[in-house]
Amino acid sequence: MANATVKSAKRRSDFLTAVPFMLPALIGLTVFVIAPGIRGIYLAFTSYDVFTEPVFIGVDNFVRMFQDEYFWNALWVTLEYVLINIAFQTVIAVFIAVLLHRFTRSSLVRGIILVPYLISNVIVALVWYWLLDYNLGLVNTVIDFLNLPKITFFDDVTSMPTIALINVWRHMGYTALLVFAGLQAIPDDVYAAAAVDGASEWRTFRSITLPLLRPVLSFVLVITITGSFQIFDTIAVTTNGGPGMATKTFSIWIADKAWGAFEFGYASAISVFLMVMLSLIALLQTKLLRANQSDLDR
Amino acid sequence: MALLTKKRATEQEDTYRVPQSLAAKIFGYVSLTIIVLVTLFPIYWMLRTALSNNRTLFEDALSLLPHNFTWGGFERVFGIATEEEALAEGGSGASVNFLQAFANSTIMSTVISISQVFFSAAAAYAFSILRWKGRDGVFFIFLIALTVPGIFLTLPNFLLIRDLGLLNTMAGIMLPSLLMAPFAVFFLRQFFLGTNLSIIEAAVIDGANHFKIFRSIVAPMAMPQIITVFVLQFIFYWNDYLWPFYIANGDPAATPLTVALGVFKSQTPQGSPDWGGLMAGALVAAVPMILLMVFFGKKIVGSIQASGVK
Repeated sequence: MANATVKSAKRRSDFLTAVPFMLPALIGLTVFVIAPGIRGIYLAFTSYDVFTEPVFIGVDNFVRMFQDEYFWNALWVTLEYVLINIAFQTVIAVFIAVLLHRFTRSSLVRGIILVPYLISNVIVALVWYWLLDYNLGLVNTVIDFLNLPKITFFDDVTSMPTIALINVWRHMGYTALLVFAGLQAIPDDVYAAAAVDGASEWRTFRSITLPLLRPVLSFVLVITITGSFQIFDTIAVTTNGGPGMATKTFSIWIADKAWGAFEFGYASAISVFLMVMLSLIALLQTKLLRANQSDLDR
Repeated sequence: MALLTKKRATEQEDTYRVPQSLAAKIFGYVSLTIIVLVTLFPIYWMLRTALSNNRTLFEDALSLLPHNFTWGGFERVFGIATEEEALAEGGSGASVNFLQAFANSTIMSTVISISQVFFSAAAAYAFSILRWKGRDGVFFIFLIALTVPGIFLTLPNFLLIRDLGLLNTMAGIMLPSLLMAPFAVFFLRQFFLGTNLSIIEAAVIDGANHFKIFRSIVAPMAMPQIITVFVLQFIFYWNDYLWPFYIANGDPAATPLTVALGVFKSQTPQGSPDWGGLMAGALVAAVPMILLMVFFGKKIVGSIQASGVK
């Protein structure tokens, strides 16, 4: 106790003080993250119908998974969703961010573009389900008014792109704000130098803005891609996996298996696969995009 | 050469002003206007639909104003309308207790956010201000937890809540989130690390213990960040769907608004859903978030930007 007042060469340890500070959080982490994580991995190697005890079956779930047409379907439709969602969202967000940066200081505009992100997935899905309704929806009414053929937005071909674009609407403003913050970190003199050299707007964007945005963009991409792979809410309240299995993404399929078919073992195996795949993608992205290095260091 | 005057890149309102051609200006402002319209229009359309008579909605689908103005949608949502009234305006006659769901959402989001931010801030203190061996190693586990996909933990946590006998209860929905959120610990630790340690050391020499330093120095200094995390987490739990859907398990006493809306939608006949009622309900669920935006807008925008940069 006494050495708290004595200045010793070695800094005293605050460990005993730290314990009460972090104990609640550590309990939360252990009980609701670490233990369930281990249980989830264990269940992936069992057959478990929730009502009787799980039975260990080795890698059978994984063997079954790779032979399951629903697995390849989930892989395909989830990828389709992620590609459309991320491609449009990122391009539009960068475009909005550059516009914000070049043309307005208004925090009102920044607040407005954030609004869709504050509204829940469920509400966003319902509003667009209504706007895109085949019979009464505004979009098809306008299309009809212009004497063009109406579009079925939620059939087996269109529903995945439709849902991907609905979520672009929800996330574009939020993503734009993250990119905007990255733009603000680029020093003005770089642009000024480009202007003195007579570089065009497009050239400036391509050769200066985009390369200097790389760290922020790769951070944004890691976050949005990981989130995008787990798409659930929007599909659950609109097509719920259908028509057929056109929108049965991983999360929808996992929920189906767990709560619809009571195959918790199999569902856990699929979610373990999803987690491993997401970790690998995140790792690959960080390596490829050199996420934590900036070209601004001089 | 005045262009080369260096400005601090970190300044909030720092927009760069290279001379712009008229064409560029027109293009820029037109694009911004379109983006704002595309963002706001669907929200306006919710209001327009909510105030229209569902039965005659198709008659004047292109009009920007509510068709056959009525409060019926909102009355159906709040259970004020009788079944006959509801059916007359194209409701399904089905009822979902939105008032109860609204109360449930409010209680759960508030309790979770307050409790979680408090315990996360305490943990962040242990991982930033206090010095002990193995500190960064323990914190690293929180960082890993940040990357675990939600659905992976949803399955075993559902089993845990079931084993505890807490299915169909708000307690079951809240329990896993009460003690910490990896994001909150991470975000607050990041801010606490910037604390001027000489203030802490001076307080220690004056005989203050760390509980006092946390309560009367570090937490008050970090209040804007603490409020930011609180608001972000509140929004997250208010909008959450998957977890409460399976834990509430159809029991109205534990069902939050998002889940209630899904139920309301699935109760309406497949051919002609009660769009008026549905949009009224959606609006009721969205209003608290829009109000948060009005009151905390600048703060939220600022901290979302900050969360991205570092």
